Amino acid sequence: MSNRVVNILVPVISVILGLLVGAIVMLVSGYDPVLGYTALWNGIFGDAYAIGETIRQITPYLLAGLSVAFAFRTGLFNIGVEGQLLVGWFAASYVGIAFDLPMYIHLPFAIIAAALAGAAWAFIPGLLKAKLQVHEVIVTIMMNYIALHTTNAMIKVVSDGGDNTGTINPSASLKSAFFESITDYSRLHYGIFIALAMVLLMWFILEKTTTGYELKAVGFNKHASEYAGMNVNKNIILSMVIAGAFAGLAGAMEALGTFQYANVKGGFTGIGFDGIAVALLGANTPLGVIFGAVLFGSLKYGALNMPNEAGIPVEIVSIVIAIIIFFVACGYVIRYFLEKANKKKEAK
Amino acid sequence: MDYVIEMLGIRKEFGSFVANDNITLQLKKGEIHALLGENGAGKSTLMNVLFGLYQPEAGEIKVKGKTVKVTDPNVANDLGIGMVHQHFMLVENFTVTENIILGNELTKAGIVNIKDAAKKIQKLSEMYGLDVDPNEKIEDISVGMQQRVEILKTLYRGADILIFDEPTASLTPQEISELMQIMKRLIQEGKSIILITHKLKEIMDVSDRVTVIRKGEGIGTVVTAETNPNELASLMVGRQVEFKTVKSEANPTDVTLVIKDLVVADYRGIDKVKGLNLAVRKGEILGIAGIDGNGQSELIEAITGLRKVKAGSVSINGKDITNKKPRKITESGVGHIPQDRHKHGLVLDFSIGHNIALQTYYQDPISKNGIMNYSKVSELAQKVIKDYDVRTQGEHTPARALSGGNQQKAIIGREVLRDPELLIAALPTRGLDVGAIEFIHQRLIEQRDKGKAVLLLSFELDEVMNVSDRIAVIYDGQIVDTLLPKETSEQELGLLMAGQKKNSNIGKQGETTHVE
Repeated sequence: MSNRVVNILVPVISVILGLLVGAIVMLVSGYDPVLGYTALWNGIFGDAYAIGETIRQITPYLLAGLSVAFAFRTGLFNIGVEGQLLVGWFAASYVGIAFDLPMYIHLPFAIIAAALAGAAWAFIPGLLKAKLQVHEVIVTIMMNYIALHTTNAMIKVVSDGGDNTGTINPSASLKSAFFESITDYSRLHYGIFIALAMVLLMWFILEKTTTGYELKAVGFNKHASEYAGMNVNKNIILSMVIAGAFAGLAGAMEALGTFQYANVKGGFTGIGFDGIAVALLGANTPLGVIFGAVLFGSLKYGALNMPNEAGIPVEIVSIVIAIIIFFVACGYVIRYFLEKANKKKEAK
Repeated sequence: MDYVIEMLGIRKEFGSFVANDNITLQLKKGEIHALLGENGAGKSTLMNVLFGLYQPEAGEIKVKGKTVKVTDPNVANDLGIGMVHQHFMLVENFTVTENIILGNELTKAGIVNIKDAAKKIQKLSEMYGLDVDPNEKIEDISVGMQQRVEILKTLYRGADILIFDEPTASLTPQEISELMQIMKRLIQEGKSIILITHKLKEIMDVSDRVTVIRKGEGIGTVVTAETNPNELASLMVGRQVEFKTVKSEANPTDVTLVIKDLVVADYRGIDKVKGLNLAVRKGEILGIAGIDGNGQSELIEAITGLRKVKAGSVSINGKDITNKKPRKITESGVGHIPQDRHKHGLVLDFSIGHNIALQTYYQDPISKNGIMNYSKVSELAQKVIKDYDVRTQGEHTPARALSGGNQQKAIIGREVLRDPELLIAALPTRGLDVGAIEFIHQRLIEQRDKGKAVLLLSFELDEVMNVSDRIAVIYDGQIVDTLLPKETSEQELGLLMAGQKKNSNIGKQGETTHVE
């Protein structure tokens, strides 16, 4: 088997194994796996509406994955995507309701506000890491809680004690009449273009710019970077700020696209944490993040159809989806066995 | 059959790269068989084939006369082959016993029986004169002792064929001679040894026969008693090697580097450089001789801006660079081959090309308006690879995949490419083979002949004696004397380095180093 065949076989086998084990779980719990997977398939690709909603779900995952992946590439672990996303969400919603401007100013303004809010939120852990060597994992986790409750409080202030900011002005909305018309009124919005542009931007920064060279060098070897005259602290902060901006944009997708408002939340959205898995599934490369986000977004959205169409309880559905993702993440185990089988063949 | 191991016509390829080509190595029972080759010649590959980490494309392995297939290291273990790795595989906060039994624990009713294991290890240790205390923690014992633990590990697992991979690389001279004794003792007790090394002196001292490989090819096997270091060196490198560095008279002119009353503290805040004075002129190589730990590292780090200067000053061509940022100092015309090439010299996960750009990546022509010109990087990298004989598959190979000597050549190429006024070379030949050492010395002399100043830091006396035009001896954070190589001897230097003549020469030192 050539390397190329192995590279194609690994994800295929992982998904098949995941589906098989998932099927066993459904069988054991007394549900029909064929029905279940048909429902999953229909939930993802069943009709124009489902496809539209699936792509909409992928959008914030792309940006959350980019945020984690970018920080990883420069040697930092950004667990704070959730918090950065929430402040971005609030900032975009606030700009969306508080101003009344022409669209070509209002929409970019709202988007940039979200990116800046996320960047500012990530600047704090970056600064603490650079100046005081406080580990970014602890700080970003705590910043998540601060973000959750601060944005909740702000929403109450903005809405005079209510739990919803109210709908943003149409001039700040990413809603797309065209997408609505072709996807049977799904909530698919123009944000997907922004997310894909950001994938390109991440690739461009890391692979083409001098800043990207520095960021990667610092991520790989701080000592050699310092020897080469790079400002290690500056690069740590910059990396966190860029990662935070990506996360803030994920918030903007929810605020200006999917929901058109910000509301008080009882807990985290989960997008930020799933972003860690998206980034890792994609080996922290821009192209890999697309793969991870598509997988996550599709499964997460398609799974919603499994209780409706196949009558499988939500809990079992969660287990099945987790098993599939688990097997994809274990791709290297499958690669290991494939290579071992290969070796044995050679030895004989 | 009196061969315990025979590797016949071994060939190993990595893609299009042939790492081993038709190599034959036959180990007799009870001999120390040296495997000699330059860095990157394919010694480690060959041993990894024997150890089952790689499968050869062609060739045959016989153990005690029987053809075997070594599919993984466990098979090698069962065949009685044990490897003492260059980089120890030990758990720091485990005891000696815990480390040795790791993965092979003696258990009684499911509980690890440390006591019996410790007794067994104690007995083994005494039998081979290893003098290891089984109850000490690894982090509390010296590097030499840790190596003995590695030896015990293989013995404990019943190995009677031991492979030593560059065993003396990190040992002190005292520990090296002890290791040689241990190896002789192992032979007396019926073991057989393969010694991988590029140090000719060790081979002459302990080995019975030598197999030489060059650029992946087996050159042949010679009996140690019938050869000499010169012949071995030329077999290894493929041409005559000069042990005495050839160079013309130095032609020193103006002063480039001036260090005045320099005080530098180490990371704990303790002064390591204590009022040091030094001057290096254009067109000369100034060697700093001294025993490790007398302030050399701190001195170099202070000059290059990696460490804060507490007092005193450093200047280049009259320009003050005291406590300037590393980049400012680099741009003032300082090139620096750092002491630790993995920590400071290279980003190991970057390609060789990316590493060549490490000092100039932000400048025209590599960077324009913040955009990298990676084809320019490749072009520069190819030039360095060619001019400095860096042996690699290409500029896209990760720096990590290169052997130490080739990594070092790449660093020197990068630093010299910028045409610095002062080149600082800190332990530039550490761990390298004779061919690479000669090459690097020639490059340093070339810089000198171009009228540049070279500051050489070395712990090896013959390197300092051979390459330097002047020798400054450092002891306890000060330059205790400055001498000319032809007017001094290793004995005199040794005494100075040990702090013997310090007081009587303090006045003289002031005069010779204050060249204004």
